[in-house]
Amino acid sequence: MEQLLTEFPELSRGALRDLRRYIDGNFKDFTREYGELIETMFDPLKWFLLWVQSVLLATPWPIVIIVLCGLAWLASRNWKLVVGTAAAFLLIGWLGMWEDTMVTLAMVSVATLICIGLGIPFGILMARSDRLQAIITPILDVMQTIPSFVYLIPVVMLLGIGKAPALLAVCIYAIPPIVRLTNLGIRLVDREVLEAADSFGASYRQKLFNVQVPLALPNIFAGVNQTIMMALSMVVVAALIGGSGLGTPVLRAVNNQYLALGLFNGMAIVAIAIIFDRVSQAYGKRLQKHREGGHGV
Amino acid sequence: MVSDLQKKKPAKTKVEIKNLYKIFGPNPKAQVEKVKGGVGKPELLAEHGHVLGLNNINIKMPERAVQVIMGLSGSGKSTLIRHINRLIEPTAGEVIIDGEDVLSMGPNELRDFRRKKASMVFQKFALLPHRLVKENAAYGLTIQGIAEKEAEERAQKWINRVGLAGFENHYPAQLSGGMQQRVGLARALATDAEILLMDEAFSALDPLIRTDMQNVMLDLQEELHKTIIFITHDLDEALRIGDNIAILRDGVMVQQGSPQEIVLKPADDYVSDFIKDINRGRVLMVGSVMDGEKKVPGPTVPSDMAIEDALQVMTSAQSQSAVVEKGGKPVGSITIEDMIAAIARTEGKTEGSSAYT
Repeated sequence: MEQLLTEFPELSRGALRDLRRYIDGNFKDFTREYGELIETMFDPLKWFLLWVQSVLLATPWPIVIIVLCGLAWLASRNWKLVVGTAAAFLLIGWLGMWEDTMVTLAMVSVATLICIGLGIPFGILMARSDRLQAIITPILDVMQTIPSFVYLIPVVMLLGIGKAPALLAVCIYAIPPIVRLTNLGIRLVDREVLEAADSFGASYRQKLFNVQVPLALPNIFAGVNQTIMMALSMVVVAALIGGSGLGTPVLRAVNNQYLALGLFNGMAIVAIAIIFDRVSQAYGKRLQKHREGGHGV
Repeated sequence: MVSDLQKKKPAKTKVEIKNLYKIFGPNPKAQVEKVKGGVGKPELLAEHGHVLGLNNINIKMPERAVQVIMGLSGSGKSTLIRHINRLIEPTAGEVIIDGEDVLSMGPNELRDFRRKKASMVFQKFALLPHRLVKENAAYGLTIQGIAEKEAEERAQKWINRVGLAGFENHYPAQLSGGMQQRVGLARALATDAEILLMDEAFSALDPLIRTDMQNVMLDLQEELHKTIIFITHDLDEALRIGDNIAILRDGVMVQQGSPQEIVLKPADDYVSDFIKDINRGRVLMVGSVMDGEKKVPGPTVPSDMAIEDALQVMTSAQSQSAVVEKGGKPVGSITIEDMIAAIARTEGKTEGSSAYT
């Protein structure tokens, strides 16, 4: 009795080892069986990523900077942001990080596109059904809180080291905010406006595309912004499994105590993050121009 | 004089609601029999955990007239109007429009009915904030699949008609409340629906703007003759615009009738309470309180003149009585005493006015 209270009634060492072996063994079998198939499934994504990356690398740097500045202008209509973008990228190039930055840029853009492409439809489905919301919410919680190193293990076992697993790892981490905020945004749409749409005989599609999604845009946009930020914050971890880009020199710096190298590359990531954040927020705000005027609707 | 209370001969019924019940709660169907058996709202809530929204509503709404449904908040009036286009499903009962049962419509039929036959104006306007005034006004038409350009052209007529010309390219948030509701009205009119459902459409506006909007609506009605079903909690508004008024209390229909009938013969204390503070002299018409038999001398007044105005006419003619005329023919007579008795407040009224019924 006394022993029961002082020592936790844990599994015996043998049973525990068997349990772990059982799980590992099964997953290894699964990997052997389906690993190749899953890898081929991810091939198109990998090719797309490599294509974006090669386009960015092959384009002369002044053109890349002009295009980036042009995008910043189109999205924000703010000269300060455009000048800041140009300055940041010129400095990055001058400090010898141009190629790594382009690789990271490709990774983050593709990951963000995938997250938007999957996340928004999922968020819409989730907003339609309370049951689906009850199922997906805890999954998103796990995706956001589980230490990324934990899911790197099965990802690497399945897909090996390279671009595809890195992309997958980034997406797993970055997709929850866009799903959550799409769901939230659609659920927050004014019930009266929806009722009005119903009263005029709007079909489900008409309601979704003319009312719910447009009115949820501020929240959806906050989700896109968060997704970009989280994708950037995964760059170093992604480098660990072959994502390359700005994360690789950071890892090298950690291993060798190269302070300046780590700092430069870290600051480059920060600079990209700030530019993306400001530009996407400014764009989100511009979408909401119709709210100006003082008489709330 | 009864003939004069119903100014027109009974019009064709456009919307008929029969034995309608609405109960809110986990298992409303099971409660219907209890309610039919006489269980009231408080007992149903206390003993069965269901809320009685509407209790055996029967009403016929005539074509091309303004039917007002009045009641305080919680009386079920907004619930009732939503049964007409089935934004709310009844627990039991029938809703018949032009002889067709709305409740038996399938999803496609219902959508078509909402697109073409009945449009709605909302208390809080419910405009699409991200669309321009012209796009909002054309909303019902674009839903029908009409190309944006044509829809906006057709809606333009209604934008002009409600007095919003020049504001087509504004966003709703840039307009005042009254102007936003004009957009709501234009949106509802643009589909050319025969039935206009107005859910406390002017309640959110301040008094001056409200009168303004009532005028806009009455002007339009003069020309369009739609079947308007108008929800309000404001008696002055009801008396002003209603051809018929139905009064709801706690989900029960307390009284139905013309404005004159409601004011002259309130069905119970609840209705009496309602009409206590109105200006009877301005609401009551000469025709409602005249004597159809007696012949008296005096100036001539039309039967639909307000007592207040008739008094003015008689005082300036220095006459104690007047001849009431309708369509150029004398139909009765009225004396100053008759009028004063009619204007007297509800408390002393029951006895006094019974002489005229």
